[in-house]
Amino acid sequence: MSENDKQTLLKIRGLRIEGRSDETWSEIVRGVDIDLRRGEVLGLIGESGAGKSTIGLAAMGFTRDGCRISGGEIEFDGIDLRATSEAQRRSLRGNRIAYVAQSAAASFNPAHRLIEQYAEGPVLHGVMSREQAHSDAIDLYRRMQLPNPDEIGFRYPHQVSGGQLQRAMTAMSMACRPDLIIFDEPTTALDVTTQIEVLAAIRNIVEQFDTAAIYITHDLAVVAQMADRIKVLLKGDEVEENDTRNMLARPVQEYTKSLWAVRSYQRQEQPLAGPGEVPVVSVANVTAAYGATPVLHDVSFAIHKRRTVAVVGESGSGKSTAARVITGLLPPQSGRVLFNGAPLPPGYRQRSKDQLRQAQMIYQMADTALNPRQRLRELIGRPAQFYLGLNGRALEERIRNLLDLIELEPDQYIDRLPSELSGGQKQRIGIARALAAEPQFIICDEVTSALDQLVAEGILKLLDRLQSEFDLAYMFITHDLATVKSIADEVVVMKEGRVVEAGSKSEMFTPPHDPYTELLLSSVPEMDPDWLDQLLDERARGGAGAAAASNS
Amino acid sequence: MNQFRKTLRSAPPSAWFGMLVIAIYVLASIFAPWIAPFGEREVVGAEYLPWDDTYLLGTDNLGRDMLTRLIYGARNTVGIAFLTTALAFLLGSVTGLLAATVGGWLDQLLSRTVDVLMAIPALIFALLLLTIVGTSITNMILVIAVIDSTRVFRLARAVAMNIVVMDYIEAAKLRGEGLWRLITREILPNAMAPLVAEFGLRFCFVFLMISALSFLGLGIQPPTADWGSMVRDNATLITFGDITPLLPAGAIALLTVAVNFVVDWMLHRASGLKE
Repeated sequence: MSENDKQTLLKIRGLRIEGRSDETWSEIVRGVDIDLRRGEVLGLIGESGAGKSTIGLAAMGFTRDGCRISGGEIEFDGIDLRATSEAQRRSLRGNRIAYVAQSAAASFNPAHRLIEQYAEGPVLHGVMSREQAHSDAIDLYRRMQLPNPDEIGFRYPHQVSGGQLQRAMTAMSMACRPDLIIFDEPTTALDVTTQIEVLAAIRNIVEQFDTAAIYITHDLAVVAQMADRIKVLLKGDEVEENDTRNMLARPVQEYTKSLWAVRSYQRQEQPLAGPGEVPVVSVANVTAAYGATPVLHDVSFAIHKRRTVAVVGESGSGKSTAARVITGLLPPQSGRVLFNGAPLPPGYRQRSKDQLRQAQMIYQMADTALNPRQRLRELIGRPAQFYLGLNGRALEERIRNLLDLIELEPDQYIDRLPSELSGGQKQRIGIARALAAEPQFIICDEVTSALDQLVAEGILKLLDRLQSEFDLAYMFITHDLATVKSIADEVVVMKEGRVVEAGSKSEMFTPPHDPYTELLLSSVPEMDPDWLDQLLDERARGGAGAAAASNS
Repeated sequence: MNQFRKTLRSAPPSAWFGMLVIAIYVLASIFAPWIAPFGEREVVGAEYLPWDDTYLLGTDNLGRDMLTRLIYGARNTVGIAFLTTALAFLLGSVTGLLAATVGGWLDQLLSRTVDVLMAIPALIFALLLLTIVGTSITNMILVIAVIDSTRVFRLARAVAMNIVVMDYIEAAKLRGEGLWRLITREILPNAMAPLVAEFGLRFCFVFLMISALSFLGLGIQPPTADWGSMVRDNATLITFGDITPLLPAGAIALLTVAVNFVVDWMLHRASGLKE
């Protein structure tokens, strides 16, 4: 390959980084080597806590507060980043090494126009004058396929969409034509359909300028599209490294194989409900609005006992609003919510204790869904005490029983605070709290989207088991179609507050589709490294949801 | 308990100093009758005696022992300030949490009332109210408590506003929990850290206000020993270059600094917990 004779740009040897917590230093990166040649893209993947971002920042000679580099060498284009002065490192950053953060919305300064922030780097490093930087920005915006490239830079960050902002940030990182860009999960916060645009734009521009890149992500399918080589990390250690095609086809280590296998989890589809069976929850012709802004238009769907209905759509499609209508947080303007055939009062305040008990909710962010000052005993015990009147021994028994159900050792966990749990364990507590009420129906609002894939799989399996054990009906709100494939019986696709398509899962995943459904389905990255090229080809020819893509 | 001891051990020297000073003040006020060499209102000698072996810090304008009155002053000034602050907090935080949780017209009503009360300068407002209702210790406590509760209200409401939007509050509401339980079990524990820190600060302000009122003659009435009026009564001595009248002022300053050291440390810990 021609890449072999290109010189090495970044060389990291035996990198060790320590992090400070509770007054002691513990190692979070333990001896990682990286070789990156010019124009090459290295994918770093691993679960949260694997040290991906820390390594990415260390490649710029930078550590977050509370971290320090304790050993190893970092050499960028012949410059030893650990030995050189801070001033020298600063002159490299933004100039020859650039960084693209996960959340562009949080990383742009909301008080300045995009183009002024673009010009900041080049002007500071003396690469260009302000006027040159402006015209250069417009050129790059055009290459990033941003709409109205001549004008978009003069907007403020809140005036453009998330996907556009992420592209503007990538363009900004290119301003000084750096040799190396570090992408830290640049598409994680985006919808699948926008993710495609950003991925294509990033890949395009990296190729055009022959820039080397480190691409950090936890999504294997994404890294398969972007990287020439993949390095898998686990808790600060390197698991294995190989070029992308070999890695995908022939993972060597057990851990890598388990990562690869996650996406293959698929539960058995539940039998269809009988024709006469009354659905546990049915939403009938609901129209709802926040103040004067209409959010839901004539939405109807039904959820039967022991079945999981996945409600899919991009952010802003109204899927969470539908859940708020069911729980009574947002009384609808017209239409009804029926529970076992009987209409529920529109607002939760008018519902009886038993009606409230029957519909429980599990939240996306377990961090904000669990009161940080309550111990698990109270968190899980309260619904049981409140709804079922359990007290004393019976209550204690029930809490322990619930902890057993969610596979947490009661003696060890019962008196912990949420802050003493991992992300997956917190989500399990959220599940236990819902179960404690002994409901017939549970709304799962993006319950796995904040979790790592292995952990998320554990949660899905748990939910599946509990469903068959307690005959639960689930409404599963998600934007991740891989999750839908693994857990749903029926799918409801929503867009702009309307149900676009609804049906059983097998119907849903076989054509023909509504154009929007097709766009959604085709936008889910696959593990095939050629997937993005093929998809873009097909869209150029007018297939794979191209009609809906050009509309949005 | 272990947790508590661990927390104490991590306290910086400034906080230790603060806690030590506060402890000394508390002990002095509790055991005043046993520590003080003379009685609170006892005239023991001539006026304005200099420092000597019998009257360690001399005597005041009526011939009462200065040290004795300083010790009793701790009891009155600190005790009343504590009571007033506690009352202000009870009033302010209950209404503040209520306003944030219930929202709507109740929030509007309470917030606008507080705005009106806060628009009047505190000391002048206190003087005005005290002239209307008459000067007595009970009246003073109530007046200052009401005025200070407006500040507490603002803080409690602001803190609770950030908490009521959390998912766990929504979960509790959907569970059907009542207002009382919502406030005491779900919101209050999470609002505790800033409120406790504010308590320390507020205590200093109340303390200074009582001293100021006493100095102006509307606070704690003679012959009860009180640091603010002690400064006023002995102010003539300052002209002669004697530092004795500044001792009560020094006692006020020391306690204020000590409380602030402790509060700083608590605030630091509270913000550290949020990480």
